[in-house]
Amino acid sequence: MNPSPFAQPYPTRRTVLRAAVAAGATLPLLSACVTGGKDDKPASAAGAKSATNPLGVKEDAALEVVIFKGGYGDDYAKKAEGLYTQKYPKATIDHKGIQKVGEALQPRFVANTPPDVVDNTGAGRLDLAALVGAKQLSSLSELLDAPSFDDPAVKFKDTLLPGVVEDGTFDGAPLVLNFTYTAWGIWYSKPLFASKGWTYPKTWDEMIALCATIKAAGIAPWTYQGKYPEYMNDPLLSMAAKTGGADLIKAVDNLQPNAWKADGLKAAAEAFAELAAKGYIMTGSEALSHTEAQAAWCQGKAAFIPSGSWLEAEQKDVAPKGFDMVMGAVPARTGSDKFGAAAIQAASSESFIVPSKAKNIAGGLEYLRILFSKQSARSFAESAGTLPAIAGATDGLTLSSGLGSTRDAVNAAGKEAFTYRFRTWYAPLAKAVDDATGELINKRATPAEWADRIQKAADALAKDSSVKKYTR
Amino acid sequence: MKHGRLRFLIGALLPALVLHVVFVLSPYGQAFYLSLTDWTGVAGEAHFVGAGNYARLGGDSLFLDAVRNNAVMLICVPLVTIALGLFLASMLHLGGRSGRSSIRGAGAYQIVYFFPQLLSLVIVAVLWQFVYNPTNGLLNGALRAVGLDGLARSWLAEPKLALPAIMAVLVWSSVGFYMVLFSAAIDGIPKELFEAALLDGAGSWATFRRVTLPLVRDTVQVSFVYLGITALDGFAVVQIMTVGPGGPDGATEVIGLSLYRAAFFYGKFGYASAMGVTLFFATLTFAVLALRSGRKERLELS
Repeated sequence: MNPSPFAQPYPTRRTVLRAAVAAGATLPLLSACVTGGKDDKPASAAGAKSATNPLGVKEDAALEVVIFKGGYGDDYAKKAEGLYTQKYPKATIDHKGIQKVGEALQPRFVANTPPDVVDNTGAGRLDLAALVGAKQLSSLSELLDAPSFDDPAVKFKDTLLPGVVEDGTFDGAPLVLNFTYTAWGIWYSKPLFASKGWTYPKTWDEMIALCATIKAAGIAPWTYQGKYPEYMNDPLLSMAAKTGGADLIKAVDNLQPNAWKADGLKAAAEAFAELAAKGYIMTGSEALSHTEAQAAWCQGKAAFIPSGSWLEAEQKDVAPKGFDMVMGAVPARTGSDKFGAAAIQAASSESFIVPSKAKNIAGGLEYLRILFSKQSARSFAESAGTLPAIAGATDGLTLSSGLGSTRDAVNAAGKEAFTYRFRTWYAPLAKAVDDATGELINKRATPAEWADRIQKAADALAKDSSVKKYTR
Repeated sequence: MKHGRLRFLIGALLPALVLHVVFVLSPYGQAFYLSLTDWTGVAGEAHFVGAGNYARLGGDSLFLDAVRNNAVMLICVPLVTIALGLFLASMLHLGGRSGRSSIRGAGAYQIVYFFPQLLSLVIVAVLWQFVYNPTNGLLNGALRAVGLDGLARSWLAEPKLALPAIMAVLVWSSVGFYMVLFSAAIDGIPKELFEAALLDGAGSWATFRRVTLPLVRDTVQVSFVYLGITALDGFAVVQIMTVGPGGPDGATEVIGLSLYRAAFFYGKFGYASAMGVTLFFATLTFAVLALRSGRKERLELS
């Protein structure tokens, strides 16, 4: 800076700016306001516990419910709120149906004034592991052990489908309750297969043989949502899990050394590399978004597509009449698989949480007890076209082709419904697996390289002391 | 008198200054502070971890990919955009014999070239995503229509092509604006200089190199800074268009995307802030260097 040629008795632009910089420099001290929330736990409203009020809800305590208003809407949540006010007429419910849950709630969590129940779902949701790490979630064990809303003789947790409690358990503490149940598999059009005389393969050898037939008929055997390679991960990892059983899944989730080099994973990676090498994946799939790939599949350009059970609802307006999509379990890779042929990857989603600093925790838990009742779950299944995470909720309902096939697959799998947890626990590892699978499917990585690079990422994560570790 | 002046100055400046400090400087300050903590974004407290976040950046291979890609973009995007912008601007002006009079319909060309600037970058990205679609996209369709089937590609899914494809979109979306900017700068050059060049027997190229270019140099320099900052960002286009996004396999990762993922998907706001602070200093350094480099000669026009 040039020295001023003459003395200035009043502030110049420059001195003012200098003062502003000085003020800016002191700000880190003031910046405590980002993280200034106190950790004192405010007293949460509570009432007397009784047989009809097992969670001790304070009758006139207000309840604030925040619901992700996505594909399922939020009417199902409002219905449950209606049941809640029926039971507690003095309570007022503040309902918010929003899309960007994270954006709206992050400041409230930081300020320790969160709502009482949150449906933490959608693209803009808050990272669950981060919430858990910051001790922002209430334990749900009291709710799990409470009698269910429909039948006081049955405990709440016994009304849930297999895996739902585990899906929401972090370090032994149940903190999250998922409302919907998603199964993953390989989808095809039933009428198309019937007209061509194709049967859905039970083993991978049959799959490869069928792919040759399909290709000869002028249809691409497979397509996938290329922009998001994780879609192809699901059948690949399902196949590996079926071969290696629960031990393989555990080793992967627990970040054990060389877990990704297990025979089951190697064989599955080779299977999908073969699919790519033989040209059984529709050309151009690798650059298609999920909507584009799924549209191409609905137009009959490809026979198979991997996806979760939301596919039917997502394709509602795209699938032609009589397309009648159904989901099949991922074919078995070997004759000596640890899981049966009907085993599927299934997990619950649509995560409901009760913040630990909520004003009305008991009310939040009670709301979940009502939401997860059979009556509420049934009306959800009918309006949303998705399986709720409650056992037998859809029994006796007439379901569409895709949802019916999902329910049948879930029933057929029974206890052999499995899921990997590393995606929720370690988002960076999930990203590494996605990238690696994208390279594998596009023939830029061999199965061995695929396993190597994922193992490297898993090892790095295992060594990283800044990441909270979970075990199962 | 002087006293009253001081009071007036403070009264006039203070409100604006307070707003600036609260809404601009303090978030900056907070970001600097958060980059030294392990804040998760949802916790009420953050623990000080010193320079740990910065140390980790060096070992984060995806972040290094991002730095590499941003560096490539920093070199290519401004150079190509400015070259094209200058080319188009001088084409519009060099049509006439005086070296400056416009060619017929120059105004119409300017308007057409300016169109992309009117579209939001998000819309541009969505449109180009369709153009690059490997099966029914405009680009491959055009190639196939003229019999160049062999050149049709999965533009965004091939690691070698994805970044150039993204840079092409950035260039396309900004070249019109810079053409108009350079046009205006050329309009500001005194006519006599072109006439003198013409009398001396200078051709079009010589006129451009010896007269036009040196006289629009300042404008080019400022453009370079603006474009460089655009290239150091690139988040919106990458996030919307690319495989992954940021892929395939990190081929189009940019710092902004790494930052976004770390903050909003991994719950590492502290680490993300460290990336942001790094990007801030990279941008600042670049801008200072770019503006310093051309300070030597400044021509006085009549």
